[in-house]
Amino acid sequence: MVRMTGAKALVESLKREGVRVVFGLPGGAILPVYDILHDETELRHILVRHEQCAAHMADGYARASGRVGVCMATSGPGATNLTTGIATAYMDSSPVVAITGQVPTSMIGKDAFQEADVVGIMTPITKHCFQPRSAKDIPRVVKEAFYIASTGRPGPVLIDLPRDVQQLEADMEFPENVKLPGYNPKLEPHPLQVKKAAKLLIEAERPFILAGGGVRLSGAYMELIAIAELLQAPIGTTLMGKGTVPEDHPLCVGGVGMHGGVANKVICEADVILAVGVRFSDRTTGRFDSFCPEAKIIHIDIDSAEINKNIRAHIPIVADAKKALNAIRDEILCCTSKSNINRSEWIKRVKETVEAAKGYLECEGGKLTAPAVIREMRRLMPRNSILVTEVGQNQMWAYLHFKALMPSGYITSGGLGTMGFGFPASMGAKIARPDLPVVDLAGDGSFLMTEQDLATSIVEDIPVTVVVLNNGVLGMVAQWQRLFYRRRYSHVHLGRIPDFVKLAEAYGADGVKVENLDDFKEAFTNALRNDVTTVIDVLIDPEEDVLPMIPPGGSLKDMIWRR
Amino acid sequence: MSEHIIAAIVEHKPGVLFKITNLIRRRGFNISSISVGSTENPDLARITMVVTGDETTIEQVAKQLQKIVEVIRISRLNPSESVIRELLLVKVHVADSRARSDIVSYTQIFRGRIVDVSSDSMVIEVTGGSNKINAFIELMRQYGIKELARTGITALARGERGSRALD
Repeated sequence: MVRMTGAKALVESLKREGVRVVFGLPGGAILPVYDILHDETELRHILVRHEQCAAHMADGYARASGRVGVCMATSGPGATNLTTGIATAYMDSSPVVAITGQVPTSMIGKDAFQEADVVGIMTPITKHCFQPRSAKDIPRVVKEAFYIASTGRPGPVLIDLPRDVQQLEADMEFPENVKLPGYNPKLEPHPLQVKKAAKLLIEAERPFILAGGGVRLSGAYMELIAIAELLQAPIGTTLMGKGTVPEDHPLCVGGVGMHGGVANKVICEADVILAVGVRFSDRTTGRFDSFCPEAKIIHIDIDSAEINKNIRAHIPIVADAKKALNAIRDEILCCTSKSNINRSEWIKRVKETVEAAKGYLECEGGKLTAPAVIREMRRLMPRNSILVTEVGQNQMWAYLHFKALMPSGYITSGGLGTMGFGFPASMGAKIARPDLPVVDLAGDGSFLMTEQDLATSIVEDIPVTVVVLNNGVLGMVAQWQRLFYRRRYSHVHLGRIPDFVKLAEAYGADGVKVENLDDFKEAFTNALRNDVTTVIDVLIDPEEDVLPMIPPGGSLKDMIWRR
Repeated sequence: MSEHIIAAIVEHKPGVLFKITNLIRRRGFNISSISVGSTENPDLARITMVVTGDETTIEQVAKQLQKIVEVIRISRLNPSESVIRELLLVKVHVADSRARSDIVSYTQIFRGRIVDVSSDSMVIEVTGGSNKINAFIELMRQYGIKELARTGITALARGERGSRALD
């Protein structure tokens, strides 16, 4: 036992959890912790300009590294500013620990200055919330918070720390293990379910594998490819699953969903779907009741509440994706050998379908369109590099046209769809992987929501490349108004301000405006080599649609390929 | 759509009831009653809920509740294999001595107890299943109900078997 303050115990506990970086912004109720951070040498603190960015950076860091990301803010407005980032992490199952200051325990409930019911606000958007009322609880709380955030289905956890609890001294004991009787993530698949799944997959004529974010969280990349190759089954991904299989793998057919491509056609022909680590979001399935009605579905997820929530599973398997895929593969190989599985007809059919659709995704040569820009980016970025997107057309163009070739190669706000996520998340990813080029693909609307943290990128020396697809409108909203609201453009015009080159330069970043594809190639090549952040302002046509798409309320079969 | 009884054994900590009711609200589930109390273990509390919905909804309620870290166990109680009780307190207007003697005999028939008497009212306590409570309330209406409080049901599985755990 060691005597120290709660604040000191917090920092000590974070270091014991292996934390190397904290993203945050101080304020009154978290001052005792910041006083400890002042002398701290092992823990890097990155000062943001808005707490929302601290949460997104921690999230981006977590997604790129697989480790828990940590963000910190003061009570009241500091904490409420975190909420968008926390909700984003929650929807996409990202392990983040948020630490917020709180007014002293004696003031809680008195509507004190900068008091907000942060536990009340955060409960529905976190996996768990702690508010320790005594300093000696801090080491245990931190241990449990990291354990809960990073195990089972990962997610954000809040630690709300009243100021007096940070200040008080106690004899601290740092536990090695956690004791949480109500929290036991189930990892091992049920053998009987595995047998049933293997049998169904052997007997399938047209199997399809749908890979989701759970594959990444479980690190089941090799297992995914192994089972796909064994079954000779095409792999489609959800938005969160993009990158779990290198998209130049011959069995990968790309993304499924509202802005999926040919994978939507392929999945509709499948007779058995092996869905791994997916939650069957409405953006993936289209109308629930018309999602592949003829197919039998094997649903692997670590969260039992996802089973039968949106889509009824014929064979549910509640387990870690990696363990389940391994078990199914072993079971298949027990029953039959690889040479006995012949799916050449199905594979031929898949290849024909892919070929037939190719024309729709081609770009007109030489023009500065969003798909052309994204394809150039792919060509110029090394295999191992990270693309982070904002939300809207930029995100969906990248979903269709950017081939993710490494795990975590495509980081995006899928569930919550948070504009402003991409830029801070790209900085978080860069901190996690300083060895890799990190690019934020943005729209002008999204980038403006968090651009103030260009300051952070310069002051903290976090160089990323921001490609702004600048069409002067809230593009996805405008697209829906164009397609479904008779071109009644209600409040979507942004007026092509600010001048992004001047904006970047005002912060000390580099800015380049490009108006043709050759200029873009040059600017992007330079940006990837630049040691400060570059903002590339790419002027594109506001009338450009993201196609194909599934109209809202439609099914995967209702794809609109051309305007 | 029918009524199902779900029992939750939870850690006896501040904020747990809030988490449960908040989850029920945000996922749009319907509960018609909820009761909370201590158990044989001072660290644990028992929450009994009556939830309305089809089988899929009930499955979701149970699984979502199970995800709350402080929830140790969720179980579903089959009404035919469970002891189900609710407590009613009802304050009834007593107009005259005839009414008084009628109310006293109804109370005896329902194995209730008269727990408070004043010149023009009585407070009666009745325990039982919801149907019995409903029947008693109906009988009391003719005299004029001044105030009424029901606890919502609490329940235990009969015999050796515990409450049926999920999964």
